[in-house]
Amino acid sequence: MLKFILRRSLLMIPQLILLSLIIFMLSKAMPGDAVTGAFMSNPNVSQEQVEKIREKLGLNDPWYEQYGRWIGKAVQGDFGQSYVHKQPVTSLLAGRIENTVLLSLFTAIVIYLLAIPLGIVAGRWTDTWADKMIVTYNYFAFATPLFIFALLMLFLFSFILGWFPIGGSGNIRIDPGSWEYIVDRAKHLFLPVMSGALIGTYGTIQYLRNDIIDQKIKDYVKTARSKGVPEGKVYTRHILRNSLLPIAAFLGYEITGLISGSIFIESIYSYPGLGQLFLQSISQRDFTVVTALVMVSGAAVIIGTLLSDIILSIVDPRIRIE
Amino acid sequence: MKNPVLEIKDLRTSFNIKGDYYAAVDGVSITVHENEVVAIVGESGCGKSALALSVMGLHDRKSTKLDGQVNFNGQNLLTLTRSRLDKVRGKDIGMIFQDPMTALNPLAIIGRQIEEPMDYHMKLSASEKKKRTLELLRRVGIKNEQRVYEQYPHELSGGMRQRVVIAIALACDPVLLLADEPTTALDVTIQAQIMDLMKELQNQMKTGIILITHDLGVVAEMADRVVVMYAGEVVEIADVKDLFENPLHPYTRSLLNSIPSNMEGKEKLHVIDGIVPSIQNLDRKGCRFAPRIAWIPEEDHEEIPEMHEAAPNHFVRCSCYKTFYFPEDRVGEREYVATNS
Repeated sequence: MLKFILRRSLLMIPQLILLSLIIFMLSKAMPGDAVTGAFMSNPNVSQEQVEKIREKLGLNDPWYEQYGRWIGKAVQGDFGQSYVHKQPVTSLLAGRIENTVLLSLFTAIVIYLLAIPLGIVAGRWTDTWADKMIVTYNYFAFATPLFIFALLMLFLFSFILGWFPIGGSGNIRIDPGSWEYIVDRAKHLFLPVMSGALIGTYGTIQYLRNDIIDQKIKDYVKTARSKGVPEGKVYTRHILRNSLLPIAAFLGYEITGLISGSIFIESIYSYPGLGQLFLQSISQRDFTVVTALVMVSGAAVIIGTLLSDIILSIVDPRIRIE
Repeated sequence: MKNPVLEIKDLRTSFNIKGDYYAAVDGVSITVHENEVVAIVGESGCGKSALALSVMGLHDRKSTKLDGQVNFNGQNLLTLTRSRLDKVRGKDIGMIFQDPMTALNPLAIIGRQIEEPMDYHMKLSASEKKKRTLELLRRVGIKNEQRVYEQYPHELSGGMRQRVVIAIALACDPVLLLADEPTTALDVTIQAQIMDLMKELQNQMKTGIILITHDLGVVAEMADRVVVMYAGEVVEIADVKDLFENPLHPYTRSLLNSIPSNMEGKEKLHVIDGIVPSIQNLDRKGCRFAPRIAWIPEEDHEEIPEMHEAAPNHFVRCSCYKTFYFPEDRVGEREYVATNS
């Protein structure tokens, strides 16, 4: 098992190198460069000065030299300087990564807390009114665009009812670590988490429901019934164990998706996370930040896949590695 | 006469297909005695598996209608609530399934799967259960039982898995075993081994067995009594010796006639015309086998075919058995055969 994780982790290195190469080339291929965003729009900076800055920053060097410089620093945790924020990219990300991780972690928890029981109910009691209601909710969740739903939630609960703050991640005047601080953070998190979670459940519910319907006519379930296993135990001991397997395997991907996919939520709630930063940085041509962010979410995908592989090999004896 | 263990009386199992109920098992009555092996034979689709699943209550309750009686231990299994039924199955009745590749839970170790019925039907400590399970594994012919106990189904071969399935059925010393084509999914050499094992176990344990099969070789080897089913009905019941020596019903005779024998090498193999009708298209009036023996005149069949005791303990349905013949056996009626084939 440990050997498998180690081998699987080593495999990540070439993946990450390839990823970094592609990201770097793509960012170079985009129109404009770092200087364009920072100085070109400034009428006080002349064309010669811009060229001088380009030369000084090494932007005229061949791409592989630039890549070498970038990756050499990147592995040491230095992704350069943000042109817009005028601070190291690493510290810029560090401040926001915590926000995004909190947001996506809680969203994932709420999604699973909702989706697993609902999926089980719908799958076990197919074609009952409970199932029909859950399926209806599911179609609603699937059909609702996230950005509209999030806006509606914001409008209703923050603007009209005023129960929650309009945006941000917390009040900076409150001492971190105090009880008040936790309550304040929770209040800021609540709406973004709920907006993402309430309509983020459909995949898991649908998958679980269908899988339970599939499993419950399988032969091994007949065997279980023929042993005299009570119906409840037929589900907990046999069907659910098999049906939750793929859900557990998707866990890694799901969390990754949430980390890189919270752009809408973060923008709408002006929640200072990676997604919001990503959107800002693209429009401001803050290349160092964009490359670093793409790199981070790419790495998250690779790590998520690894996580899924490890989880699956733990829960499924058929692919367990000795 | 020995005591009856199971009495099936006029059992009718109907499935809901698009709003209408169609009987797959249509008025079947069978009695199984202590220590008796009753084989149920018939083509695919004749209702033999549906019969076994009805006895065990394994059909989906919403889309299945069960009429008649299945009397076991003084209670009618068909009217029991789910929780009462769970006290019977796995304890007094064990079931052996057809396909060992799918009959075991892929995520649980073999030992736990065999112990599971003991969890509900026996008051044993964990170590006693394990001891009993290892003993069962040995009894079904698994030599390295300690190792198999810890293994998962995918680590075992088909034959081994079927042994495990048998061990599960035997876990709580049942008085009745239902074996639904226990060897169909296995290859021939393994089939023989599993049949030997079942015979040996039957000799030791003295359980009543309902053996569902379409393999007449298996029937000859194991059964005491044979029930021949066709299109949801019992068409003939006889002791195994009688049935093979003196088959009466045209269907039984056709089945036996269809077995390739290596004595006469060049003869053309007998084939029964047509197929078993699906339960939706089945004509439920008159003799159900009549369409497949069209050369027998209509007046030879009964309007409402009954079971007749043609010889002591030898029952046959419909009167057509009296005049039935195989067209290829009769010279001079060639033209008739030609128009019908």
